[in-house]
Amino acid sequence: MLNMFLKSIQMPSNMHRIKCLPFLLLSLIFLNSCDNANHSSAQTDYSKQYPATEGGTLINAMTGEPSGLIAMTAGESAASAIAGNIFNSLLKYDKNLDLAGELAESWDISDDKKTITFHLKPNLKWADNQPLTSEDVLFTWKLVTDDNTRTPYGADYKLVIRAETPDANTFKITYAAPYAPALETWASLHILPKHLLKDQDINTTAFARNPVGSHYYKLEKWKNGQYLSLVRNPNSTQGQAYIEKLTSRIIPDKAAQFLELSADNIDIMGLDSIQYSRVLPARPELNKNIALYKELGNSYVYLGFNLKRQPFNDVRVRQAINYAINKQEIIEGVLLGLGEPVASPYKPGTRWSNPALSPYPYNPDKAKALLKEAGFSDTNGDGILDKDGKPLSFEILTNQNKEREMTAVLMQRRLKDIGIDVKIRILEWASFLGRFIEPREFDAVVLGWSLGLDPDQYNIWHSSQQGPKQFNFVGYNNPKVDALLEAGRLELDPDKRMKIYHEFSKILLEDSPIVYLSAGYGLNAIHKRVQGISNPAPPAGIGHNTHEWYIPSQYARNELSEY
Amino acid sequence: MLKYIIKRFLWMIPMLIGISLISFFIMQLAPGDITTTEANFNPKASEESRQKLRAMYNLDKPIIVQYGLWLKRMATLDFGNSFASHQRPVFWQSKDKDGNVTLGMIQEALPITLLINVLSLALIIMIALPLGVISALKQNQFADRAITVFVFIGFAIPGFWLSLMLMYWTGVQHQWLPISGLQSMGSEHLSWFSQTIDFIRHLILPVFISAITGLAGISLFTRNGMLEVLHQDYITTARSKGLSENRVVYGHALRNALLPLITLLGLSIPGLIGGSVIAESIFAINGMGKLFYDAVLMRDFPVIMGILTIGAFLTLIGNLLADVAYAWADPRVRRGVMQ
Repeated sequence: MLNMFLKSIQMPSNMHRIKCLPFLLLSLIFLNSCDNANHSSAQTDYSKQYPATEGGTLINAMTGEPSGLIAMTAGESAASAIAGNIFNSLLKYDKNLDLAGELAESWDISDDKKTITFHLKPNLKWADNQPLTSEDVLFTWKLVTDDNTRTPYGADYKLVIRAETPDANTFKITYAAPYAPALETWASLHILPKHLLKDQDINTTAFARNPVGSHYYKLEKWKNGQYLSLVRNPNSTQGQAYIEKLTSRIIPDKAAQFLELSADNIDIMGLDSIQYSRVLPARPELNKNIALYKELGNSYVYLGFNLKRQPFNDVRVRQAINYAINKQEIIEGVLLGLGEPVASPYKPGTRWSNPALSPYPYNPDKAKALLKEAGFSDTNGDGILDKDGKPLSFEILTNQNKEREMTAVLMQRRLKDIGIDVKIRILEWASFLGRFIEPREFDAVVLGWSLGLDPDQYNIWHSSQQGPKQFNFVGYNNPKVDALLEAGRLELDPDKRMKIYHEFSKILLEDSPIVYLSAGYGLNAIHKRVQGISNPAPPAGIGHNTHEWYIPSQYARNELSEY
Repeated sequence: MLKYIIKRFLWMIPMLIGISLISFFIMQLAPGDITTTEANFNPKASEESRQKLRAMYNLDKPIIVQYGLWLKRMATLDFGNSFASHQRPVFWQSKDKDGNVTLGMIQEALPITLLINVLSLALIIMIALPLGVISALKQNQFADRAITVFVFIGFAIPGFWLSLMLMYWTGVQHQWLPISGLQSMGSEHLSWFSQTIDFIRHLILPVFISAITGLAGISLFTRNGMLEVLHQDYITTARSKGLSENRVVYGHALRNALLPLITLLGLSIPGLIGGSVIAESIFAINGMGKLFYDAVLMRDFPVIMGILTIGAFLTLIGNLLADVAYAWADPRVRRGVMQ
C-alpha cells in the first residue's frame, strides 16, 4: 500500500485523472439533498387539525438499545418501553393511574381477600393467530417464579401459593395472606405465549429478539444498534391503533437527537429543561413544527437523613431543616421551574396523594426557633450553631448528577443562613451505594425515589426493612407507620386503602425523615404532524393514549427517493 | 526469520495470560457487579433474587476461581455470553436448537469500527504526508506555519463540538448530509446502488471527524523525518548528480523519512478496533467504543474481558508486524534480528 502511495506522489500528473471519479461520486452524494430541500418541512403549515385517520409512521428516538423484549429478563427502561407496545398484562393503569382491565375483563377478590380471580376477555388471540388463554397466564407466572429465570423481579410473584386455570378464560391465584400490592404486580407482568416458549430457555431464547405478543403492535424489524420498527398487529386484543408504524431510532446522544428533531428526521424526543425552556422557545422556525408537552415525572428528589445519627434523631432538627430549605428556589434554579413540590411519595392528582397535605413552607424564623428548642445556639459566635460544644455541621452525599449537585449547593446556602454548616461530597454511584449507603456511613444524602403507582411503601419505610441491602437505609422506625403499612398491604378495597395511605403520608410528613425537594416534569417535544395528544397531560402522562394519536395523510413524511 | 517469528508467537501466550490476569483483577476493583447495576436500588428487586443471579454468574466465588473458570473457557476460544444483553455471545454468533442464529456482540460492532478507522487512517495518511512534506520543504515559511497551526487546531479542537457543529451545518441548515446513524429510515426499499450511496453519505462526517483529529501526529512526524533526511549527505549527493528536485524529494528523501512510519502504523493496529465512545454516541454508531463503555457501566464482565483480550492480542500482533516489517525494510535491523 505504501509503495503504491509513493508512486502516486511521484507522478502527480496521474492524480488529476484519478481525482475525477471521486468528484463525480461526491457530486452525486451531495446533490440529491437539493431535491429533498424542495419539499422540506419548513414550508408546510402544521397548524390545521384533521380528523383521525389510519396510517403513517411515528419515529421516536431513544438513548439505549433494549437487550431483549422480554421485560422480566431485560430489565432496562428501553426494553419495557418497546415491549409495552407488544405485550399485554392482565391489568393496566388508566389515565388517572387507577387500575383497569387489559387482558382481564374483570377480576373478583374472595371474601378472605386471599384469592383473586381474573376473567379474561373472550376470544383473545396472539399476533400469530393462536388463541390466548389462561394457560398462557399460568405459564408466565411459572416462568417468572422459576428459579432458573434470571430476573430480579420474581419475589412478588412467589407470594402466590396456588395458581389455577379453572377454564380457558379464568385465572385464579391464592396468596397465603391478603396482599394488596398484588394487583399492581399483575399490571406489570407481560403475558407471554406458552405455545412458542414452552420448550425454550427463557434466558437465551431467540424469542426475546423476535417476540410474538398481543398488544397494538408487533415487531417488524430490529436492526441492531440502529432502530426497531413495529407495525400494527391485526389481532390486537385492545382494538386498533391509528398509527400504522412505530419506529424507535437508537441515538445515544441527546444533542444529536435534538439535531435530528430539528431536521425533521424524528417526531418525538424527551427534552431536558434547558432545551425545553431556553433552546426551543428561542427558535421560531422550530416552534412552527414542534409542540412541547410536559407531564408529571415518575420520581421525586429528597434530602434523606441518617436517623440513627445525632442530631437527626431529633424530629425538631429535621423539621427545622425542612423549614429552612426553599423548595421553590430549587425548582426554579435547578429545574428552571419545570417541576413541582410534593408532600407525599405519591403523584399529585392521583387517589393516593393526600390533597390535605402541603410541603413545609420556607420559614427560616421557625427553623431557628425549632433549633433553639432542640438546644442549639451559637455560643462561640462563629455563626454556626452548637450544642454541648459540638457545632451543628453535617455532610450531604450525592451521586454524580448535575441536578442533585446543584440542589445540594442551594440547600447548603439556605442552611448556612440559619447557622448549619453543610459540606457536600459527590460520589460515583456504585461506590456511593457500596461504601456509604450499605454500611450506613452517611449524615444525609440527596437521592430520588419513584412516585409509586401502587401506594405500598413497605420496603422503604417499615422498620423491619433496615438490613444492609434493604431500602429503609435512613433507619426510619415509627410503630404507627409500621401498623399502617401492614394494614395497607392487607386492604384490597381501594377506598379504604386510600385512607390508610393518606394517614401514612401525613405522619411521614410530620416526622420529616426526609425532606421532599422536588418532582421534575417529564418534558417532550413532538412534531405537530402528530395529532390527538391530550394536553394538558393526565397523571399517567401524555403517552397514556398513543393508540389514539394519528398522523393526517396530508402531513405524512415523504418517502425516501432513489439517487 | 521464521524461527524468530515462531518464538515471538510462543512468547505471546504467557504475555496474554499475564495481561488478562491483570485486567481481570483491575476490573473487579470497581465496586458493584451486574446484579447491582441491573435493577439497582429498585425496591421491587429483592435481595434474594440478586443473590440467586450472583450465584448463576459465579460472581459469588473468589476472584481467582472466577479467573480460572474464565481461562478454562478461553482455552477453547469460548468468550462466553454477556450478562447484560440477554446472554448474547460475546465474540461470535451461536445457533440454538431451532436454528435461530444470534450474532456475537464483537462480531457485530467490529466491522463498522474497523471500516471507519481504516478509512480515516487512509485519509490521514493521504492528507498528512503531503502536508508534512510541504512543511519540511518550506521550513519556517508561511506555508509551514499555516500547516502546523491547522493540524494543531484539528488536534486540539474537541471532537464532539466539531461533530455537532458540522452536523448542524451540513445536516440541519443545508440538509447536505444525514445527521446520525448508518442508513436512512426506509432505505432498505431502495436499490442496491442507492443504499450504497446512502451508506457512504452517513460515513462522511464520522470519518472526517476522526481523521481531522489525527492529522497532527503523522504530519509532524513526516515533517521532522524529512527535515532530518534533507540534511544528510546522500541528499547532497543526489542533488549534485543533477537529479530533479522532485526526484530528490520524493524518490530519495521521503522514502527514508517514512521508515519510522512503519512502527507508527504497526502500533496503530490495535487502535483500529477501538472506537471513540464520544464519536460513536454522537453519530449513533454501534461500534466497539460504545460496546466497551456500556459493558463497563453495566459491569458486564465477559464483554469487558472479551474486548480487552482481543485488544491485547492485536497489540502484540501489531508489535510483531511492525518489527517484522521494519526488518524487511531496513537491512540493519534485519541483521540484528538474525543474530
